[in-house]
Amino acid sequence: MSDAHAAHLETSTGLDNRKLAIWTFIGSECLFFATLISNYLVHKETWFSGPGPFAHEVWKSPTGQVFEPIIEIPLVTLGTALLLFSSLFIVLALSGAQQGHRKTLLGWLGATIMCGLFFVGMQAYEFTHFVHKGLTLKTNLFGASFFTLTGFHGTHVTIGVIWLITMWIDAYRGRVPPAKALNLEIAALYWHFVDVVWVVIFPVVYLIK
Amino acid sequence: MDAHAGQPPAEHAHPTASLYAKIGLILFILTALEVGLYEITYGEHAGAFGHSIEPFFVPLLLLMSAAKFALVAMFYMHLKQDHRLFSGVFVFPLIIATIIILSMIALMAYHLAFSRGG
Repeated sequence: MSDAHAAHLETSTGLDNRKLAIWTFIGSECLFFATLISNYLVHKETWFSGPGPFAHEVWKSPTGQVFEPIIEIPLVTLGTALLLFSSLFIVLALSGAQQGHRKTLLGWLGATIMCGLFFVGMQAYEFTHFVHKGLTLKTNLFGASFFTLTGFHGTHVTIGVIWLITMWIDAYRGRVPPAKALNLEIAALYWHFVDVVWVVIFPVVYLIK
Repeated sequence: MDAHAGQPPAEHAHPTASLYAKIGLILFILTALEVGLYEITYGEHAGAFGHSIEPFFVPLLLLMSAAKFALVAMFYMHLKQDHRLFSGVFVFPLIIATIIILSMIALMAYHLAFSRGG
């Protein structure tokens, strides 16, 4: 506790406060998404009407209503692959920033942003498609837990895309020299976290029955 | 922690671009395997082989998912090279998060079994 007032710019660990802060934030986000994933797993089987989490089977409700499969695995797989590739692109952008290669930084960061935008677009299309098929936030517990989980993740991706666009503009104006590459590293850590959360959500929501 | 106070942070050089690309390739292959496994087991053309591997479907999928998670965290998020404090700050909540998910699954499984049985 004696160190509590000692740390100003220097820290007792010798580590940058901002990097420790983003890791602490990411740790708290693990708990946030754990509650949403638990909520989805608990509720995805406890519903009796409306479309369900099916990609191939036609489902018949106890009241005799027939619901077509709504999940489109190929589209979501493409979105997943692009999100994974975006993680590769952003580490290459970070590598460029650390070495002072501005064109490399701009190119890979731009590719990362494009992948993020595609993912957000894919999710917007999917949500619209589900609503047209009769699944909304209020239809059943599957709909409520699905839209809450994937909606919060999509919001995180959107925030990440906006953050990366601001980083790209900064880099374009020459404000991300190697000495300030940590700014991009912090944004990249957030982006990777959004990616690893999807690594869990994808099989849990779309593949496991 | 006091023993480390004042020492320089134990951060090392980040991986090379070729290693990043190799990790990316492995991640892509694992994703393709996940979807392939799903299609073989539950897809439109799932056959007898699909039914035979059905009991292993969820464990295999979770294993591949965990492998992807670990690869991104270790190499892309640099936990393998960076200071161990970052790993601690990330892994400790991650363990709690896993316990929360498993506890909820166990609780609901027990609840469903109990309500069906009683």
